[in-house]
Amino acid sequence: MAKTVNQRFEALRGTHVWRSIFRSGIGSSTLKRALAIQQNVFLHLFYTKVRTRILGFSATWYLGALTFGTFLLLVATGIPLMLYYHPSVPQAYADTKDLQFVVSSGLFLRNLHRWSAHAMVFLVFAHMFKVFYRGAYRTPREFNWVIGVILLLITLLLSYTGYLLPWDQLAYWAITVGSNIASAVPLFGNKIHFLLLGGNAVNANALLRFYVLHCMILPLTAIFFLAIHFWRIRKDGGLYTHSSEPAVLRTQAANAGGNPGIPTSAATPKEAQ
Amino acid sequence: MADSKDFIAGVDSNAKKAPRRIVFITRRTSAQVKAETEDEIQTFPEVLFRAAVAIEVLAVLLVWISLVFNAPLEGLADPSHTPNPAKAPWYFLGLQELLHYFPPVVAGVLAPSLVVIALIVIPYFRVNIEAEGLFLRDRQQRLRIFYLVASVLSLFLLAFKVYAALIPTLIMVGIMLLAAYSSPQSPSVFRRYLANRPLSYWVMTWFLFELVVLTAIGTFFRGPGWSWIWPWQGS
Repeated sequence: MAKTVNQRFEALRGTHVWRSIFRSGIGSSTLKRALAIQQNVFLHLFYTKVRTRILGFSATWYLGALTFGTFLLLVATGIPLMLYYHPSVPQAYADTKDLQFVVSSGLFLRNLHRWSAHAMVFLVFAHMFKVFYRGAYRTPREFNWVIGVILLLITLLLSYTGYLLPWDQLAYWAITVGSNIASAVPLFGNKIHFLLLGGNAVNANALLRFYVLHCMILPLTAIFFLAIHFWRIRKDGGLYTHSSEPAVLRTQAANAGGNPGIPTSAATPKEAQ
Repeated sequence: MADSKDFIAGVDSNAKKAPRRIVFITRRTSAQVKAETEDEIQTFPEVLFRAAVAIEVLAVLLVWISLVFNAPLEGLADPSHTPNPAKAPWYFLGLQELLHYFPPVVAGVLAPSLVVIALIVIPYFRVNIEAEGLFLRDRQQRLRIFYLVASVLSLFLLAFKVYAALIPTLIMVGIMLLAAYSSPQSPSVFRRYLANRPLSYWVMTWFLFELVVLTAIGTFFRGPGWSWIWPWQGS
């Protein structure tokens, strides 16, 4: 009897090797579906269940997921770009030119990396404002908001350090303008400027520093904070939907005829309602 | 309630959302089912699938953009030849616009630091937790403070000739005045909406407005020597 694709996949999920890798086995019971999340080191950052109300597009506009999507795209395009790039002067510019004209699909890779980077900066801002207007920073989610601000800064730094790498006029002068601002810091300005660039002006040392920051230090830091950011969503009670939303608070205030109650961590959202 | 049965049965059979459940609640024991339990969906596969689709749609869009538009690449970096204007990446052009009016220590260090600190402390201040319309309580006192803050801020921006930030501020002041003189019982949906906005909403919206306007001006309206140009004039 011929098996369907689905049956073959189910059989594969039941094999000893698959079970040894993924721990969770076949079946579509709630338990099995929960285990698929909970038994996976990456997916266990998330809740095994999500409130239906938050899944509608209007609740979040999926901005967090989309931002993460651009991050994945940037990693996927950034690694092949690194294979064709030397962070040295003036080889960096020649490599970028080669990516434009010589390397197969190099132009497309660079375009996708560039536009995804712009999209990521835009989406991070959009995500932040959306979270703010929904009031999703309220107790107990305060610290996840702070981590979000840190991730915003990391995103800006990632984009900014990547801006220098093509070593063209646009890159050079944008970084010159930006890094000169560091000199304006009182007392330590010039020291910070020197530390950032590895010199008094944007030069080969600056390129190497920005390359290391862009390709290693900042992405690793971003992944570190991303993991906490996702994990805190689960720890803080799932994606924010609840009774502490401004509209609900206002209704409560109108009913009670007084001060709108502030939900604390003691009164969990479900009880507060 | 004159029902002869001594139990009620419920079936939830949407297998995509939840597994098949059959519930019997007997009238006699009258189980205290905790109300308000929200409808939930298993993360695997439903939510992950939706997120993946969202990301894929975005990826398709970005791939399409990448096939049509090429990333800019100018000549080899030349420290001896400064382009005019030399612009930072777009997300810093709001700051660069401020640099045009204020000394670097104010526009480049103080302003961004204050913005970052302000963003970080948002959830820790009660004023950002309150959800009551700004002018609904202590109306006279709050109006006085509002007039004072609005005029000091506007005069400060006027003194430094920061018209790019002054005009959005004045527009926001106008909208807030409309909110102050709107009633939450107003027949107009828009005015009901305005009347119910809390202080944190106004501050953040003012910030967002300034951010967008300053970034747009820095990006599209600044030419050689940071002079005002129109986007269609070119450079």
